[in-house]
Amino acid sequence: MTSITKPRIRIPKLDRNALGLTRMDYEGSMSTLCAGCGHDSITAALTHAFFELALPPHRAVKLSGIGCSSKTTAYFLSQAHGFNGVHGRMPAVASGANAAHQELTYIGISGDGDSLSIGLGQLCHAIRRNVNMLYVLENNGVYGLTKGQFSASSDVGSKSKKGEPNQDGPIDPVAMALTLGATFVARSFSGDKEQLVPIMMAGLRHRGFAFVDVLSPCVTFNDHEGSTKSYTFIRKSNSEVVGTGFVPIQEQISTQYEPGSVRPVTVHDGTTLYLRKVDASYDPTDRSMAYAYLKEHQDRGEIATGLLYIQEDSADLHAREKTVATPLRDLTFESLCPGAAALEDLMDEYI
Amino acid sequence: MKPTDTSDPQYYHRVVDCQWACPAHTNVPEYIRLIAQGKYAESYMLNRESNVFPGILGRTCDRPCEPACRRTRIDGKPVAICRLKRVASDHKGDITGLLPTASEEKNGKRVGLIGCGPASLTVANDLLPLGYECTIFEKHGETGGLMRTNIPKFRLPPHVLDEEVDAILDIGVDLRLNHEVTSMNAFLEEHGFDAVFIGSGAPKGKDLDIPGRQEAAPWIEIGITWLESVAFGHVTEIEENVLIIGVGNTAMDCCRTARRLGAVGVQVMGRKGRKHFKASPWELEDAEEELIEIVENHAPKDFVLEDGKLKGMTFEISDWVPDDNGSLKQKVTGEVFLPAERVILAIGQDAAFPWIERDIGIEFDKWDMPVVDKTTYMTTRPGVFSGGDAAWGPENIIWAVEHGHQAAISIHQYCRGLPVTDRPAIGMNLVSQKMGIAQWSYSNDYDQALRTQMRHVDLTTRFKGLDVEVELGFNAEETVRELERCLNCDMETHFTDHLCIECDACIDVCPVQCLLISPDAEEAELRVRVPAPATNIDQPLFASGDLPHTKRIMVKDEDICIHCGLCAERCPTAAWDMRKFDLLQPYAGRPVTVSGELAQV
Repeated sequence: MTSITKPRIRIPKLDRNALGLTRMDYEGSMSTLCAGCGHDSITAALTHAFFELALPPHRAVKLSGIGCSSKTTAYFLSQAHGFNGVHGRMPAVASGANAAHQELTYIGISGDGDSLSIGLGQLCHAIRRNVNMLYVLENNGVYGLTKGQFSASSDVGSKSKKGEPNQDGPIDPVAMALTLGATFVARSFSGDKEQLVPIMMAGLRHRGFAFVDVLSPCVTFNDHEGSTKSYTFIRKSNSEVVGTGFVPIQEQISTQYEPGSVRPVTVHDGTTLYLRKVDASYDPTDRSMAYAYLKEHQDRGEIATGLLYIQEDSADLHAREKTVATPLRDLTFESLCPGAAALEDLMDEYI
Repeated sequence: MKPTDTSDPQYYHRVVDCQWACPAHTNVPEYIRLIAQGKYAESYMLNRESNVFPGILGRTCDRPCEPACRRTRIDGKPVAICRLKRVASDHKGDITGLLPTASEEKNGKRVGLIGCGPASLTVANDLLPLGYECTIFEKHGETGGLMRTNIPKFRLPPHVLDEEVDAILDIGVDLRLNHEVTSMNAFLEEHGFDAVFIGSGAPKGKDLDIPGRQEAAPWIEIGITWLESVAFGHVTEIEENVLIIGVGNTAMDCCRTARRLGAVGVQVMGRKGRKHFKASPWELEDAEEELIEIVENHAPKDFVLEDGKLKGMTFEISDWVPDDNGSLKQKVTGEVFLPAERVILAIGQDAAFPWIERDIGIEFDKWDMPVVDKTTYMTTRPGVFSGGDAAWGPENIIWAVEHGHQAAISIHQYCRGLPVTDRPAIGMNLVSQKMGIAQWSYSNDYDQALRTQMRHVDLTTRFKGLDVEVELGFNAEETVRELERCLNCDMETHFTDHLCIECDACIDVCPVQCLLISPDAEEAELRVRVPAPATNIDQPLFASGDLPHTKRIMVKDEDICIHCGLCAERCPTAAWDMRKFDLLQPYAGRPVTVSGELAQV
């Protein structure tokens, strides 16, 4: 825990984005997580992505549940809206908020306990509804806040800090998201910002549920020998399948890619994602292939990372439900609450 | 890029910008912290170790440390280092017991020092405790050299000067006032010293040879000579309209002195534009505060006399345009006459050695200056050393002090029959400052405060006498505010590469974005890759060795690091650590004994 506050210091040579903001303007309060926590790197990757996209800080909503991961929403976008919900219930809150105001950018932060144990059902249904949000699962394979028990993502055989091996099989959030029909599925590593930042940017631009599983070592309870979520182990077994290049709509595409190795994908607002495939035969828009590939890597003891699957033509919650585009708060009282007569008419339809 | 060798004391020394820029390498951050702790005497003594005259320099130093100060690169204005030094001096209390004392056991060696200015005094300060007998020969009836004759009392009160000069004389100098050395040959033969130090300064003001100079001579003064006459009370008044020719610090002292002696219209005439002036910006400002007009781009043309009496001077008004080679060329655009009853020439000064015979083994160069070795400070005659303004022309007091230290080392070598070219090495101490979780032994909060302005005595009071000190010094509140602006650059961010797990915590938390983990590359390439690009190539770029996991390297731009310690605070493995750097400088008879070896974690 750090009691030193990060100085607000303006140095002329710091970069400014289209809104005239610096990276610091996307930060929040000082992290109180352990020094070296992967979650802090994810926070930094997020601020970097917000900065690069010139996201207006006050037009964002950050949501979380309970856990070390869920604390991190305090550490970025101090000017944004925020809601810290009940344990595991962030997806429900996010769905509700998104239903009420679809013009804002939604960022949900969760952990392996919050999403894969207590909140597993919540996550599944948010994926099914294709809520338009960036959902970051900060995955460290351990219950850090309660001092190091195995979590639902701990691998079989992975050792606790005391040396006990885990015996229960893990839930692989990426495999689960793929089977549930998620429209944007990525896995990355907190220690690899070159990969993580473009994925975050792509996820923010994706219309629909952008699911990012980020392996994020717990330095205090799960960074030892025998752990499969340590910095050393992840670095050793990380295998990038698809790298992401990000070209905002405003910019001319100047880089020439070798045909076959790179696949451009245009997202709904016109932004182009360049998916750089390490394996030329991989197709990041083929769900079955993504699933098979994932399993294949897993069997080899490798962790497949990158933007593994993307489906850009999917209908999100609002498109499916044919909701009104106007945020509910901007509708008049009369249209929100049309009165007893309108209710009578509606009831008549069912009789 | 080649990994940075932080075991070389000069690397971290360079990061402490103020200490690096100071000719005497005073440990500025440490003495500022001592003031913050109320340890004024300790702060004073730490200063005295390197710069010998903290009270004098706290008022008059040309402050090479301040333009170098890291704070300048952060919020535009340096820490008021010089005036904090004065705080330590003003509040130090009784330090008699802390001052050096002469060795009771004499080593039988006798050193003759010519001139009682800062250079000679420093040599005596360093040699007396080693058992040397030091004799200082001074042509005037008072000590201090140019510090007394050329710096007006309203900038440097005599009691401050006396105290610090006496602190050295009282160690046991054999002082011979009113002893002008008129023949070096006779001097050497008569006394038979084991070593001689020439610290006679640069006491000859330059003249201006333009039409009318001879005829107007009774109304023309040479700046430093005139200041000397004022200092000794020979001159007590001046005419109403005075022109000062020259825009160096001496010119500033002349114009402000003239103001106090009764001059009303004082104009300081510069040949070029203000940015080319030699005077320090703050000295120009202090003069202007006293309603002195500083005139740019006026080159003196001639002295104008009427009825055999000085009436004024004509000046060519010029533009200075750079030619193809980039040097400025004068383009005269007009001419102007300015009335004056007296003119003071302050256009530079020279050392002059009519008293050194040219056939006694001391070689002179083409500018008629003795050839002095830049490292050993020895002339071409073994056993005769030189320093201060006498060696290479006018510099500031702090340079004279450093020359004195180095010459003392040489004299000590020479008198023991050791080669003067063998210089004792510098060393360093590097000690972790971690006290516990989120606890560091120094105030690492970044303070937003802007530089504290020095308050001055009001104009009417200050013109009442020559000896009314203008600067009031910092009060307690101002001192605290200014102290906290110091970024503690000596608290070094020390990196141990084999401990790093590449978690990025340091990079994420750095408030100035000066860190990078990257595949190795050439320095120029790495400088661009740093998140806030390392564009200031005057500042070093740190590069680690290969990191254990990925064989990438850690890179740090030293330019804008504010030494807040957050990288070390957020580092889970203490690969980054804040370590206090202590430069161990050798002085005569006190070579560095602690080696600069780093503690291996």
